[in-house]
Amino acid sequence: MSHHLPVLLVVIPLVAAPFAALVNRPRVSWAIALGSAWWALYASLALLRQVMADGPIHYALGAWAAPYGIEYVVDPANAWVLLIVALMGAVVTPYARLSIEREVSRDRIPLFYAAFILCMTGLLGIAITGDVFNVFVFLEISSLSAYALIALGPDRRALTASYQYLIMGSVGATFIVIGIGLLYVMTGTLNMADLAEILPQLEANRTIPVAFTFLTVGITLKLALFPLHLWLPNAYAYAPSAVTAFIASTATKVAVYLLLRFFFTVFGAAFSFDVMHLDKILMPLALIAILTMSLVAIYQDNVKRLLAYSSVAQIGYMVLGISFASVLGLTAGILHLFNHALMKGTLFMAMGCVMYSVGSVRIERMNGLGRAMPWTMAAFVAGGLSIIGVPLTVGFISKWYLIQAALERGLWPVAAVVLIGSLMAVVYVWKVVEVAYFRDVDPDEGVTEAPLSLLIPTWALVIANFWFGIDATATVGVAERAAELLLGVGP
Amino acid sequence: MIGLGLFNYWVVIFLMMVGFYTLIARGNLIKKIIGLNVFQTSVFILYITMGKITGGTAPIFIEGQEDVVYSNPIPHVLILTAIVVGVATSALGLSLVVRINEAFGTIEEDELEEMVQ
Repeated sequence: MSHHLPVLLVVIPLVAAPFAALVNRPRVSWAIALGSAWWALYASLALLRQVMADGPIHYALGAWAAPYGIEYVVDPANAWVLLIVALMGAVVTPYARLSIEREVSRDRIPLFYAAFILCMTGLLGIAITGDVFNVFVFLEISSLSAYALIALGPDRRALTASYQYLIMGSVGATFIVIGIGLLYVMTGTLNMADLAEILPQLEANRTIPVAFTFLTVGITLKLALFPLHLWLPNAYAYAPSAVTAFIASTATKVAVYLLLRFFFTVFGAAFSFDVMHLDKILMPLALIAILTMSLVAIYQDNVKRLLAYSSVAQIGYMVLGISFASVLGLTAGILHLFNHALMKGTLFMAMGCVMYSVGSVRIERMNGLGRAMPWTMAAFVAGGLSIIGVPLTVGFISKWYLIQAALERGLWPVAAVVLIGSLMAVVYVWKVVEVAYFRDVDPDEGVTEAPLSLLIPTWALVIANFWFGIDATATVGVAERAAELLLGVGP
Repeated sequence: MIGLGLFNYWVVIFLMMVGFYTLIARGNLIKKIIGLNVFQTSVFILYITMGKITGGTAPIFIEGQEDVVYSNPIPHVLILTAIVVGVATSALGLSLVVRINEAFGTIEEDELEEMVQ
């Protein structure tokens, strides 16, 4: 049983998804989704523990040995990402039950949960596989179900947002296939470890940089790096709240992982940074993303949209960490994957509670909400503090490492931009806080606090925000191991 | 003629550009999906072409025939998967267009943009 854990982690949710659609009873479908999400959490925790203790796990699918068979490889880097996806799935699913009942029509709920499980399966699959074509297949599983999930949003603009995401996402995925195809034609293999061995011998070949470029553009489209982020704000703003909370905290993180995997494991840091000079393009884009997207976030009236722009800025922080190509920089980036999932999960789930009770997340409807919904808004403030980077929150830990990494390279202007980004976060979080706490309640609104089944998952994330902000030894430990592994300097 | 040996690759590049251009330049949501299809088809041809080996036959092993050159079947298998994905993407995209038409009464991008603001 435990020997087959890597494949069961993916297969059990994959098999559960059609059942969730077929039973056609909302509560049963939800229970199936909950079961698969909690299974994934259990399995990914077990895998992470095993990997940290005994080193990477290689699992040959159907006992067909690599490089001909498909291989699942679990090492500290992707065990970490698996845990992020599974954890967010396990927290969001209990939350989804009431939130989705309010936002999605009843007859579509079983299909919703089927798509939700598939989306999670796809993301887990991307993270665990050691085969580049398998990456594409899982990428499409997660993307197609994400388009469907977003289109279920209560506003009709969810449809156009989903369509836009579908077009841009498919172009990104096709670029990735072209890159994979060019790699295959030069090397004759699809296995990541095998590619990593063969590629250095082909460095002078002109096809390899082309493949590299296609992959870079395709993946950065998927992870919404400025200026390829255009699909993201609308998709996050109009999707059902539970979907936004899940996708915002996992989908872009998995794409960042893919970036790491291709640049560091498949191509190798030497090729990516010394030959292709990736840092020269990633760092400016990340800095522009942090500054401009934080600025745009300040001017948003729809709070989910505000948080979406803030997400693009936060992706900038992750990519910035990667662009240093140092152990400290990568640690900061990988740490921020997890930390950002916690804080954006909290913020979007708090907005889901507002959506549940108020029926809108426009800022003008939030007058005095701090009194009407004290727990929800307190969670929002906690998430907000984290995104600003106040000490004792996870946001502080990420930024601390990021600034250290920048100073290690002697790039103090970059460290300054990180701090300016934090100050801009103060402005957009304050915008919501001011309306919620310093304005009078509209007397005819009659808003009450969100139910417990929404508040408990939200507060679980709030507690995690502080827990891992106060004692970061576990998270930093894993992130450091992952960074050393990706750079090939670790044990 | 120069480059005729790479005829398939020229076709791939031509189709890729036609599809990508349609995808970007057209305002009609259905035409965009068609553009996406053409774009993806070019990638299918790219994969199928790279599996072909000059003088290679279908990869069926027959005992007694040792010195036969086979074409590489793996790209074909890979692209079967990609074709399925392409069909699913088009189906989802077109059904979204239907729902957009029901909700907004138009599938022209510029008119939609005015209504979304």
